[in-house]
Amino acid sequence: MARREEGVVSWVTLSYLSGGNVMGSQNFFRHPVERSMSNISPKNLPSKHYKSPAKKATQQLLASNHAAAPKPHLGGALAAPPSRPPALRRLLFLSLLLLLLLASLVRAAVAAEEGEDEEEVFTEELLLRPLPDRKTLAHFHFRSSAPPSAAAGRHHHVFPKAIAQLVQQFHISELELSFTQGRWNYERWGGYDPMSTNYAKPPGVELWAAFDLPLGEIDATWKNLTHTLSGLFCASINFLESSTAFSAPRWGFKLNEGNLRYGALPREAVCTENLTPWLKLLPCRDKAGIASLLYRPSIYKGYYHSQKLKLTSSQSSGIIIDQTLTVVLQPDTLRGKQLHSTDGQEAQLQPSWSIKDLFNRKLSGKCLISKSSRVFVEIEKDIVDKSDKSGAEASWTNELFVLSTAPNRVFKELKDMDTQPSSLYVYDVSNYNNDKPLDVGITWKLPLIWYCTPAPYHANRFLMGSGNERGSIALSFRSTNLRKQVYGSSNDCSIKAVVFQVVPWYVKVYYHSLQIFIDGNSKAISEVVDKIHVTPSVDKLLPGSLEMLLRLPCSMQSATLSLDFDKGFLHIDEYPPDANQGFDIPSALVTFPEFNSSRSYPETDTLFMSPLLQTFKEDGVIKSYTEVLLVPLTTPDFSMPYNVITFTCTVLALYFGSLLNALRRRIGEEEMELKKAAAKRGLIPLLIAKLRGKKLDPPQQGSSPTSLVSTKLLLKVVFVAVVAVAFHYLSNS
Amino acid sequence: MAIRYYWSMAVAAVGFRLALVLFGGDLQLASRPEVSTPLTSIRRLAEGYWLKQASMSPYSGSMYHGSPLLLSVLGPLTNKRSVGHHNHIYCSLIFVAVDFIAAMLIRATGRILQIARNRSLKSLELTEAVSNSVDVSAGDIASLIYLWNPWAIVTCVGSCTSPIENLMVVVMIYGACSRLAPLAAFGYVMATHLSLYPAILVVPIILLLGYGPDTPPRKVYCLKSSSASKSDVSDNDKSFSSRDVQQFSWTPVFYFILWMLFWTCYVLLLSRLVLNKVGDLQEMFEKTYGFILTVKDLSPNIGVLWYFFAEVFDFFRSFFLIVFNMNIAFMVLPLAIRLKHRPCFLAFVYTAIVAMLKSYPSVGDSALYLGLLGLFANELAEMQFTFFLFFGYIGVSLLSPVMHNLWIWRGTGNANFYFATGLAYTCLQTVLVVESVSSMIKHDRKLRLLVTA
Repeated sequence: MARREEGVVSWVTLSYLSGGNVMGSQNFFRHPVERSMSNISPKNLPSKHYKSPAKKATQQLLASNHAAAPKPHLGGALAAPPSRPPALRRLLFLSLLLLLLLASLVRAAVAAEEGEDEEEVFTEELLLRPLPDRKTLAHFHFRSSAPPSAAAGRHHHVFPKAIAQLVQQFHISELELSFTQGRWNYERWGGYDPMSTNYAKPPGVELWAAFDLPLGEIDATWKNLTHTLSGLFCASINFLESSTAFSAPRWGFKLNEGNLRYGALPREAVCTENLTPWLKLLPCRDKAGIASLLYRPSIYKGYYHSQKLKLTSSQSSGIIIDQTLTVVLQPDTLRGKQLHSTDGQEAQLQPSWSIKDLFNRKLSGKCLISKSSRVFVEIEKDIVDKSDKSGAEASWTNELFVLSTAPNRVFKELKDMDTQPSSLYVYDVSNYNNDKPLDVGITWKLPLIWYCTPAPYHANRFLMGSGNERGSIALSFRSTNLRKQVYGSSNDCSIKAVVFQVVPWYVKVYYHSLQIFIDGNSKAISEVVDKIHVTPSVDKLLPGSLEMLLRLPCSMQSATLSLDFDKGFLHIDEYPPDANQGFDIPSALVTFPEFNSSRSYPETDTLFMSPLLQTFKEDGVIKSYTEVLLVPLTTPDFSMPYNVITFTCTVLALYFGSLLNALRRRIGEEEMELKKAAAKRGLIPLLIAKLRGKKLDPPQQGSSPTSLVSTKLLLKVVFVAVVAVAFHYLSNS
Repeated sequence: MAIRYYWSMAVAAVGFRLALVLFGGDLQLASRPEVSTPLTSIRRLAEGYWLKQASMSPYSGSMYHGSPLLLSVLGPLTNKRSVGHHNHIYCSLIFVAVDFIAAMLIRATGRILQIARNRSLKSLELTEAVSNSVDVSAGDIASLIYLWNPWAIVTCVGSCTSPIENLMVVVMIYGACSRLAPLAAFGYVMATHLSLYPAILVVPIILLLGYGPDTPPRKVYCLKSSSASKSDVSDNDKSFSSRDVQQFSWTPVFYFILWMLFWTCYVLLLSRLVLNKVGDLQEMFEKTYGFILTVKDLSPNIGVLWYFFAEVFDFFRSFFLIVFNMNIAFMVLPLAIRLKHRPCFLAFVYTAIVAMLKSYPSVGDSALYLGLLGLFANELAEMQFTFFLFFGYIGVSLLSPVMHNLWIWRGTGNANFYFATGLAYTCLQTVLVVESVSSMIKHDRKLRLLVTA
């Protein structure tokens, strides 16, 4: 009995947790689903199918509530039996049996729920890192994971139900959606660390998804998915539905078996309307925990803003969503100025900042639901290098900088190279609360110049040519001499680079015109290109995509690839409202498969599980996105449709009529007719003469034919008039 | 009256083309909208060849819309680049040769027409009456017009594939004039295969093969014979009509049809072989004929349809597609009825109408019909508006690049500027066609009057 009661108690706490907890999780779960459903157009998604998991979930919820409710009554009944007459003993025994059975069932169910609840985990982390150009990187990382479940609609406590339903409905195995404003500065902010590899994204919206479906159904599923996401995130992701907007890369973007779709909307503006639904997926939203730092004016003031949702789903590990927000901010340097008012130093000294300076908020405690809540301050390895040279240990206070709060833990990256690894200072947010908020900051003591490790090549893309008829796209690589720094200078080697580029159909690329210049010298394609896969664009149907594996010599300083294109001409309805602004070509992606940005940290503690560091440890091939290109296209005159139709039709009618006339003409007959006409008099003078009552002048030829003609004419006129009146009368009656 | 210095002028024209090709540098003519269309552009052909080399269908994507045969003939040449010349120099050299052959065939056609004309005039005993006014060697004039036509030169140097299409049309007319059914059938099948529209030329070809080259209308012969029988009842009345008024002979037509079937199978088989493993014939038809008929590419050209279909409301699109395509077919029958005694002239009129109304017109098409126009220099000597037409053509060909430049490159003009030149050009062609047809009819009437007089 005691065991059973324990079960009941745990159930009650559970239902409390799920029902009336901090943020009102039921309400929270329901809301996104309704939103997404209201945003789905019925054409694209059969709502019957979509609703069913939600219904099931509520049914299940009700069922479990019913199962729990009768239990105390039965428990009360259990105390009663001795007072019952013996005649009923048999019945009572049966009911007891039933009761025991029920109780064990309830306990099993509760245990199952409890077990799952333990696995449904939410963690929140924030990484802060000073950047060399006096800016600061802040990276928010929220991970929710749900264990695998066989049931179609199960009840979630922490995990957002909208996402779970999305995964189930569309059989997604992987999905990544990013909203980005601004461009990651690969030269200054680094191109060889997990941050730039995973969280530097092209401007606008980028979405890719891999499906666990037969290849034939993927395109249709993608279309439905775009609509659903568009509803979930308040963005025009549904523009990716059109077949001209997405492509299916095979190996240039990510190796797959044809089940991956990729689409990008470089024009999409990103703002709070996209952030709010994104925050709704977090159990504490931005009311508590690390997300409470997301004070809108300060994060949208930044130089780079990228909000990302990464979703992985598998049978073994369940669903994991990583919600990250990466911002590059300029710290409010007022404090730094006050501290270091001597103007000579001021120019060189890095700004000192704290969380309050960055976000205008302090961190007052964690989100209660989160399993772990940490703040990391990462110090670039170049600085660590310098501080080590100066003799001091990599502690939180040394002669270069001072952290305002003592960290709970210090991590050093493990590296087998001779250079010093970066160090991480970890703060556990659970140690702080409203009275004692966390406001970690860094104060620089010495002016410092350092560099982030760049990618092996800086990739830039630009347009060449003028006018609205044709042009070329050029992709340039500038060596950063990383190879020499890292591996020494051997000239025989080569570096692999993969280029993936999607161009819309109205940019008609001539792939045969591919030219490659290495250090200014033209090279044969076969010398440089190892592998190439082209999907040529089809007018109004498919975008063109180019996947190319290059092998660039190590000694090379610069390489340029150019491709000619013709600009297409569109129908007036296909131009957007601001047609003269131009059209965007999405960013190209350059990958360096031989370089890996993964970092390893010592496994000091098995309990210390940080999803952020886990993603850092994952295999991350160096990637960099190029600029978005703006291609101006010629516009027709939008006010002209009627004029053009009438002009063209007039000219054609002119042709048709005059040619037919020329063919029909019989000049001989016309001459005869003319002679006849000269002999005749017209009808009207005749009538006028009659009306005036005058006698006609007898014509030269003789009067009898003329009078005959005139009576005939009169008869005709009368006949026609009679017919007309009769017709009118008949048709009216 | 043969033209003096004919050969020197012809060779000079070829030399001028060669000089432009070899030493002109890259004139960027290949990307002029007046010169190259999506169907004839050599850059698109090079792209198609590249795709085929990459073991993809040349029709994948919407770049190439030409014939697979051109791909296998010209494709390998587009790859070779010689230093100091523009990219497609080898193709241009081929086109120079093609243009020369076409000119020679036009000249030979002119000879045949001349002989037929002289014979018929002689039989009508009008030689002196007509020849006194004009008598020039029409073949020489026509071939010189074709060789020295600036548009033909520009098309040849800009290396579009339209010289080959023109050659095939000329081959067809020559073959029909000289009653070589296999040659006529070859030209017909190839021209239709390359650009679809010459299909309507089957009417003049059958008439040519059946009746022989252009003659005055049969009525004139009847009048002549009746007047002859009136004047002297004597000798060869029946032999006269049987000799000069030719009856329709079915044998060459029958051969033509047989050969046409043969060549069609042959061309399709070759295309199939070229497209082996990378595409099929259905795709070929969709991407060539389908592309021509549905006007999918809206890039500007010298015609009017591009702007029309860029502006017209979407729900009217199919209606107007039908109207414009039918417009070409509508005139086939009336013209054939009225001009059946002059099949060669009929072929010229059809070519002009096609050049005016086709979905992607270029100046290369105009070069062809202007060359053919020279074949009728004697008959059309009294044509009206020639001055207006001549300067109209010059004006359009000067204004069109200017307007295009203002619109596309400078951005100071807009699409209407360029469209206006297209409209003017279509009007000019209309006037040319209508005037030439009516003056030919007048010419026939004049002959009749001369006979009856």
